[in-house]
Amino acid sequence: MAHMIERHRHIIDFTLATLLRRKGKNGGLLLVYTLIIFVLASVLFFTEAIRREAMLVLQESPEIIVQRTQAGRYQTVPMSWCAGIGSINGVGSAQPRLWGYHYDRTRLANYTFMVPAQDPPGAGHVDLGGAVARMLGAATGDTVAFQGHDGAPRAFTVRKVLEQESQLLTADLVLISEQDYRLFSGVPADQATDLVLQVRNPREYATIVEKITRMHHDARPILRSEILRTYDAVFSWRSGLMLVIFSAATLAFLIFAWDKATGLSAEERAEIGILKAVGWDTSDILLLKFWEGTAISLTAFLAGTILAYLHVFHTSASLFAPVLKGWSTLYPSFRLPPLLDFQQVVTLFILTVVPYTITTIVPSWRAATIDPDAVMR
Amino acid sequence: MAPRRSTMFLGTLAALLLGLAGMLLHARAEEQVARQALARNAARVRQLRLTDLCLCTEASYTRHPTLTDFATPFQDAPMSWEHFPTGAVIQPPPHLVTRHGTHD
Repeated sequence: MAHMIERHRHIIDFTLATLLRRKGKNGGLLLVYTLIIFVLASVLFFTEAIRREAMLVLQESPEIIVQRTQAGRYQTVPMSWCAGIGSINGVGSAQPRLWGYHYDRTRLANYTFMVPAQDPPGAGHVDLGGAVARMLGAATGDTVAFQGHDGAPRAFTVRKVLEQESQLLTADLVLISEQDYRLFSGVPADQATDLVLQVRNPREYATIVEKITRMHHDARPILRSEILRTYDAVFSWRSGLMLVIFSAATLAFLIFAWDKATGLSAEERAEIGILKAVGWDTSDILLLKFWEGTAISLTAFLAGTILAYLHVFHTSASLFAPVLKGWSTLYPSFRLPPLLDFQQVVTLFILTVVPYTITTIVPSWRAATIDPDAVMR
Repeated sequence: MAPRRSTMFLGTLAALLLGLAGMLLHARAEEQVARQALARNAARVRQLRLTDLCLCTEASYTRHPTLTDFATPFQDAPMSWEHFPTGAVIQPPPHLVTRHGTHD
């Protein structure tokens, strides 16, 4: 056993000496390889954490939302719909929901105004989401002003700032009373933004949706399961920009692997020939190449994965923030819970370390099985 | 005498492996705390009757992807470009795509 360990250590010593002879090339290779794994792991960790958080918290979202569309765009819903839809068998209650957007021209930010069903602020008061309070520089008791639909500024006293830990849900919210919202937005008293339905039996969802669309042809019901599926799809690795980042990183990795697999440089072939000529076995050369591949790929994998973890869960994926921010100036400052899937780490390992190590060994095996004289020529 | 290269390499590898193990243990330990915060956030969703995460605030269809329609991303005309960058990250919800034509 001790002999075997010593043999491996000698081969590792030799491997590292070989790698250090081409410091620039191998250092660059290690750096780029680490960067690719960092990007892949960051995307995996970020999307999985967001997806799981969405699944866990949005399970409490309304069971059915009813919107109204006209010419393909959503419109306000008449309050009179509540009585009709509420009388459908299985519907526990149909309540109006009032909410909408407000664009702050001076700060170039979009806020979401909402009338909460429980514990709404009193007239002349608002509750602010963390990012809105930060942007306005407002705290509890301060006065903030927003320009209403008629162009007149309206002042409100801040009742409270919503808690930091809910920023991923409430960062851009301005909670307001119903009376103030209607005056501010111009939504008439007989209209609501949409309806929220409570249904006791989930097996009745499909029937209820069918009855609603038969009752109002312009109604568009959205189920809670559809809300959950949306986030499952948006943050699946196959979606949108995630796929673009994934493809770019995978392509870069394939180029690496291809470069390795397609052959050895003349210098490397001559080195193998010399080693064979001085008495190295084919198995020794394969072991040397195995350690060469492992030294680079394992180091890159471990460093890239740890850096990705720190990036996503300790700096709140700060490198992805500009992508999610777009042109907006309002962005939640949230800390993602480290909901890691161990299988993901294993999959990343199998997809990155194993192919690279194999592509390092295979061409060397071909060169090592040829006569040393022929290899050196 | 300088240490052998293999000693330095295996030492570095062991340190990185410890870092990975520490990362997994940290994630495990944080999960308990995170679950309590998630439960409080779920209560907030129930209280405010929320439907979406607040990730992108620049456009209504990426702020509330579950409630969007087909027209909004192309605000001005059917042939106009979608002009918000986050539209590249947040894809349309599956229910909008499957029900297109039925309700829109």
